[in-house]
Amino acid sequence: MRPKPPVALLAELTHRCPLACPYCSNPLELAASEAELPTALWARVFEEAAALGVLQVHLSGGEPASRRDLTELVAAARDAGLYSNLITSGIGLTQARLAALAEAGLDHVQLSIQGVTSEMADHVSGYRGGLARKEQVAGWTVALGLPLTLNAVMHRQNLDDLGATIDLALAWGARRLEVAHVQLHGWAAINQAALLPRRAQVEEADALVAEARERLWGQLAIDYVPSDRFARFPKACMGGWGSSGLVVTPDGRVLPCHAADSLPHLSFARVTEQPLSAIWYEDPAFQAYRGEAWMKEPCRSCDRRALDFGGCRCQAFALTGDAAATDPVCSKSPLRGRVLEEAAGQRGAFTYRGRSAGGLR
Amino acid sequence: MRLDASERLIFGPGVRLKEDPVRETWVLLSPERAQLLDKSGLAILNALDGSRSLQEVAATLAARFKAPVEQVQADVLAFVTPLVERRILDRAA
Repeated sequence: MRPKPPVALLAELTHRCPLACPYCSNPLELAASEAELPTALWARVFEEAAALGVLQVHLSGGEPASRRDLTELVAAARDAGLYSNLITSGIGLTQARLAALAEAGLDHVQLSIQGVTSEMADHVSGYRGGLARKEQVAGWTVALGLPLTLNAVMHRQNLDDLGATIDLALAWGARRLEVAHVQLHGWAAINQAALLPRRAQVEEADALVAEARERLWGQLAIDYVPSDRFARFPKACMGGWGSSGLVVTPDGRVLPCHAADSLPHLSFARVTEQPLSAIWYEDPAFQAYRGEAWMKEPCRSCDRRALDFGGCRCQAFALTGDAAATDPVCSKSPLRGRVLEEAAGQRGAFTYRGRSAGGLR
Repeated sequence: MRLDASERLIFGPGVRLKEDPVRETWVLLSPERAQLLDKSGLAILNALDGSRSLQEVAATLAARFKAPVEQVQADVLAFVTPLVERRILDRAA
């Protein structure tokens, strides 16, 4: 059966970033700035994506504002007919630059926050003074009439500030708040011990989000990515491998998921070598976990297999060494007990990417 | 507060309709979300001008589609409620 066309393109414009978040989802090996795709090539990728059926592009990174041609890239997305989302830390944006992006056709700003106090924000981002700049960026975004979403990755060290995070989103004029429990891919895996929440924290967060959604109905939309470590069933990774989205890395490789780089047995096609549509419909990396034929037991006969697709392939590989195994956070996985045991015993301090121990920039 | 049929709605910022040539349908585009629309969804969204209440929108559509107005109003509310919840549609000031 021919797959449906993709809806979303995650364009990782660069791996450069002023922050050093311990849960960075970018791979351990970053693409060098010299290897980044030039403006015209991204423009071609956007056109090919739109022709393939992509409706939305997420301009991400790294920090996309580290690209000096960001305004041209936004204009290229608009010219291709794509809805553009800027996924940013806010660092590197000025009022004038944001106004130029709006003028070029930017549709939406998603701004990350690492903490609601300067101390926590600096500690988690490995960058001094970020919170004040983010508040400015939020203000400029709202003043320009662009919709603002705040994105908060929550983990052991900031989960107790979830209520204050929701208050901050309201105070800054966000229409949406994305609360995402930390995912342990890329650099995050190194910091697993410092990031994994306690079970009680997760239960409190679940309850708090449910309460806030009710209280703030029609005022703040809250998207919630629950923690999968203590859940009964795994997350539906990517809504199904190769079913709705694709990722283009800074150096032009095309991935079914931003973490797919962690699967060493897969190799990825390049936008410089093949049309995007050929990659989407035919590339072996996209076919690898599409549909259900690759599944083993207990997934193969599970009545939830069309709901969660056996969970996250990258997590299955990271925890079992087999990317086709049932995601071990699933209560039907024979390895579930070990995962829970490990999650209960975690402690640790942050290791920052590219920083000496304890060093803030 | 939940939605009432006397309320008037408008598109939130960064929300728009687009005709999708690949899927040959209309889509509602909003922050990090794309919703494929059927004929009735598109008709409802096209009727939201911020000046007509949901009740009036339902009456207009009921007349156009020759359907019972109570049924159409229930359909309109069921369609727009999750969009208000997600802040894709705003209550008109």
